[in-house]
Amino acid sequence: MSVDQSDITKVALLARLKIDEADVPQYVENLSNILDLVEQMGEVDTDNVVPMAHPLDAAQRLRVDEVTETDQRDRFQALAPQVEAGLYLVPKVIE
Amino acid sequence: MEWEIVIGLEIHTQLATKSKIFSGASTAYGAAPNTQACAVDLGLPGVLPVLNREAVRMAAKFGLAVGARVSPRSVFARKNYFYPDLPKGYQISQFELPVVEGGQLEIQVEGEAARVIGITRAHLEEDAGKSLHEDFHGSTGVDLNRAGTPLLEIVSEPDMRSAKEAVAYMKKIHSLVQYLEICDGNMQEGSFRCDANVSIRPKGQEALGTRSELKNLNSFRFVERAINFEVERQIDVIEGGGKVVQETRLYDSDKDETRSMRSKEEAFDYRYFPDPDLLPLELDEAYIEAVRKTLPELPDEKKARFISEFGLAEYEAGVLTASRELADYFEVAARIAGDDAKRTANWVMGDLLGALNKEGKEIGESPVSAELLGGMLQRINDNTISGKIAKQVFECMWNGEGDADTVIEQKGLKQVTDSGAIEKIIDEIIANNPQQLEQYRAGKDKLFGFFVGQVMKETEGKANPAQVNALLKQKLA
Amino acid sequence: MHTKTIAQLSAALRSGEVSSVELTSLFLDRIKQHNPALNCFISITEEQALAAAAAADRCLKAGDAAPLTGVPIAHKDIFCTQGVKTTCASKMLDNFIAPYESTCTARIAEAGAVMLGKTNMDEFAMGSSNETSYYGAVKNPWDQARVPGGSSGGSVSAVAARLAPAATGTDTGGSIRQPAALCGLTGLKPTYGRVSRFGMIAFASSLDQAGPITYSAEDAALLMNLMAGFDERDSTSVEREVPDYSAGLDNGIEGLKIGLPKEYFDEGLDDNVARVIDAAIKEYEALGAIIKEISLPNTGLAVPTYYVVAPAECSTNLSRFDGVRFGHRCEDPEDLFDLYTRSRGEGFGAEVKRRIMIGTYVLSAGYYDAYYLKAQKIRRLISDDFRAAFETVDVIMGPTTPTTAFKLGEKADDPVTMYLSDIYTIAVNMAGLPAASIPAGFVDGLPVGLQLIGNYFEESHLLNMAHKYQQVTDWHLQMPKEFQ
Repeated sequence: MSVDQSDITKVALLARLKIDEADVPQYVENLSNILDLVEQMGEVDTDNVVPMAHPLDAAQRLRVDEVTETDQRDRFQALAPQVEAGLYLVPKVIE
Repeated sequence: MEWEIVIGLEIHTQLATKSKIFSGASTAYGAAPNTQACAVDLGLPGVLPVLNREAVRMAAKFGLAVGARVSPRSVFARKNYFYPDLPKGYQISQFELPVVEGGQLEIQVEGEAARVIGITRAHLEEDAGKSLHEDFHGSTGVDLNRAGTPLLEIVSEPDMRSAKEAVAYMKKIHSLVQYLEICDGNMQEGSFRCDANVSIRPKGQEALGTRSELKNLNSFRFVERAINFEVERQIDVIEGGGKVVQETRLYDSDKDETRSMRSKEEAFDYRYFPDPDLLPLELDEAYIEAVRKTLPELPDEKKARFISEFGLAEYEAGVLTASRELADYFEVAARIAGDDAKRTANWVMGDLLGALNKEGKEIGESPVSAELLGGMLQRINDNTISGKIAKQVFECMWNGEGDADTVIEQKGLKQVTDSGAIEKIIDEIIANNPQQLEQYRAGKDKLFGFFVGQVMKETEGKANPAQVNALLKQKLA
Repeated sequence: MHTKTIAQLSAALRSGEVSSVELTSLFLDRIKQHNPALNCFISITEEQALAAAAAADRCLKAGDAAPLTGVPIAHKDIFCTQGVKTTCASKMLDNFIAPYESTCTARIAEAGAVMLGKTNMDEFAMGSSNETSYYGAVKNPWDQARVPGGSSGGSVSAVAARLAPAATGTDTGGSIRQPAALCGLTGLKPTYGRVSRFGMIAFASSLDQAGPITYSAEDAALLMNLMAGFDERDSTSVEREVPDYSAGLDNGIEGLKIGLPKEYFDEGLDDNVARVIDAAIKEYEALGAIIKEISLPNTGLAVPTYYVVAPAECSTNLSRFDGVRFGHRCEDPEDLFDLYTRSRGEGFGAEVKRRIMIGTYVLSAGYYDAYYLKAQKIRRLISDDFRAAFETVDVIMGPTTPTTAFKLGEKADDPVTMYLSDIYTIAVNMAGLPAASIPAGFVDGLPVGLQLIGNYFEESHLLNMAHKYQQVTDWHLQMPKEFQ
């Protein structure tokens, strides 16, 4: 299965990745090759196979409902590119 | 053309857990921005979600309360999209296998027959943070305190046929989640939120019309108004030869209209898939039965009991069981009052709710507790005071002047039940009003009331009305 | 001293032959001397290391030392280490000082081991050659024109060059075993869920697992004793008793059945590598093991399936890197969309972007069933192959890699060829099984790794098999000449 430029553009948009126009052909080729590799999956019949999401057939463990975290805003916000008044700032969001 | 309205609701209830659904951060409302957002809530690298036991229990409780199937196995999935209030770039939700499937709820619009509304599913998910759009030099501020708060999203079938039904359904769910103590129901703080899917179709047509999804319906009033506006808009579009487009519309309560949310240049593609950081949630039969045992008496059951046990009318029982707090209030007051639960019902629905309404107070904030009201009603029932005097006692209690007995004592409101004293007063009144006596005896029965009034006036309303009636009848004959 | 195993160093520290400060200084000096050539460290944490070493010396003096107190170790830069830059070898995290400690490194630190620094790796662990690092390629100490393998390339290069006596790694599709093989070391990928993933920056959550990289199986057991165990902060961590991995190392292996999957010895395997593996198998036969040919029929599907599952998971695991709360943010974003696309476009390298795009593609509407769901089903088939095999054998053996270390740049432009070099390691991650790679010989001066695959939670068994082999061979003690 091969992908074309518009697939790359669409996927890059969904994944929020800016791709240089000049690099698009390279991505088209790489992704097409990878998908060709992946196509081999089609060789095997999986009609009655139960999908496996996890290596271990275990169930989710549940946490006791307790507040265990304390305020660490200053520590965490020291990592942030832009904060003000305790808020993370992003370019204006229009609704 | 006659149109049929088709409405389905998606209700988001914040579950009343202490900590978040996947982290140990507090869910308390109103903290300073980002002080209750821990590394997991912030989506920092390397941290992992662990599911809150209590959120699961609450979801199961809801499922059982609406007669739904609590799934033995449900799966958390990632819903992928980028938005500043969604720190991980995906929301952990349930998609293919929700924890609750297939329930129902009976609703009633006043003056109409009861209807059953199907509940498709209810699933657990995490709430997003909040974007604050006030201006920070042209930027938006993001507060992630709310991120990770547990939500139960309750999805109805498209079974409602009017805005009023939608409101009735929403109110019923609102009451139910509070009965179950799984949500505080506070709509102002966003604990209980609603989106509505609205479409219209020609009456008699089976196929559904194209729907729009209305967001931001944060009060019962807005739900009704937004739906009504939207229905009119859709009718106008279709009758004007146009087509309804499937879209998300925001309700603007200031302008009382819905408007299309500018969808970005992309079509949404959420790329749901099972979250590999979480394992399937498995709930066995024993667990589900244990949860079932913790279910409180539900509104419909309570209503039936109020009718049979207290002899209330359908309507009264309905009003009094609309919220668990009100029902509890009534029941406590009625038990203290002893006899005549109908009187208690009238007082609660009339004087009490009226007074609360006037001051914009909730039942939980009432200055007159159920115990106080019950105590006062007991004094009516044992003839210590009359119903009329009780109004005065109630007002005093409302103003914090103590319980009924204290007020009655201090203000000397005790009813006069000494028949000798009443007889004396009646004799005086008859003597002073010969003309009225003559007319009454000549057949003008209406004047009986005049004599009652005179006695009451003379006794400042403290004479026992039944006694007055009996004695007057005797003397006037 | 720098050529000793951590078991030996532990003894030397206890006997007072050397202090932890001396030992730590020795390795720090070696790092300073050789890192410019090998590029195996991203951060060298000299100050913290010397402080930790001094503390370890106090414990040693006081006589309350744990087995690895005072022993230096290097950590792959995928583990969050509190107060220390944690980059995942990405520009995206070039400025990220972790505000918390991963469970894995915390357990090792609590036992008194001394962290020397953070090792280079493929960016976000995506790669098999350590060429995708934002901080540049790592060199193989056996031949500096060649790759050390990946993604734990910095860890293996450092240990092979004796710049650290042991290191941690992570393995999503072979990222411990393949580089261990290419650099002549012992590497163990534990059973999925055995070691906590908390604080380990996720690549593919259902495949990632941390493990030790050491000279010997004995050393690997010592580290596993610290790393393994339940962690309530990781939902996929397994609540199960942790054995003493050192206890069974000397158990006899007579009569144990070794399965050789015929698919691991087909035409893709280099002849010279095959000869080394054959010799190793003979050695096991001499030790009393019984050799049996088996089949893992879906082996060929492991790589295709992996390149659906791993990119799908990584594409969303990496969504949190958006330039809002931490990490790289582009200059002067015009609007929110620009902030996201440029921060991510600039912050991630080409291979990471490729995998995010593949993952996004296979999960997108219309393709989910054909790719993602299909892959999950084949994952079950691959896993079932192993289940069936373990009905008849105790351990599975074969080559870790089809060839020895390839040249830098040789496969860098051809992702698919690169991916296929992981053909023998990937299936193990799909199934979640434990597996080790141990040194088994050389081809033209380059190390060859023998892979040992065990049943679920049978790490002890693998370490026992590896140790017995290492008792009768000395491949694991060979050193690249320049670094002796």
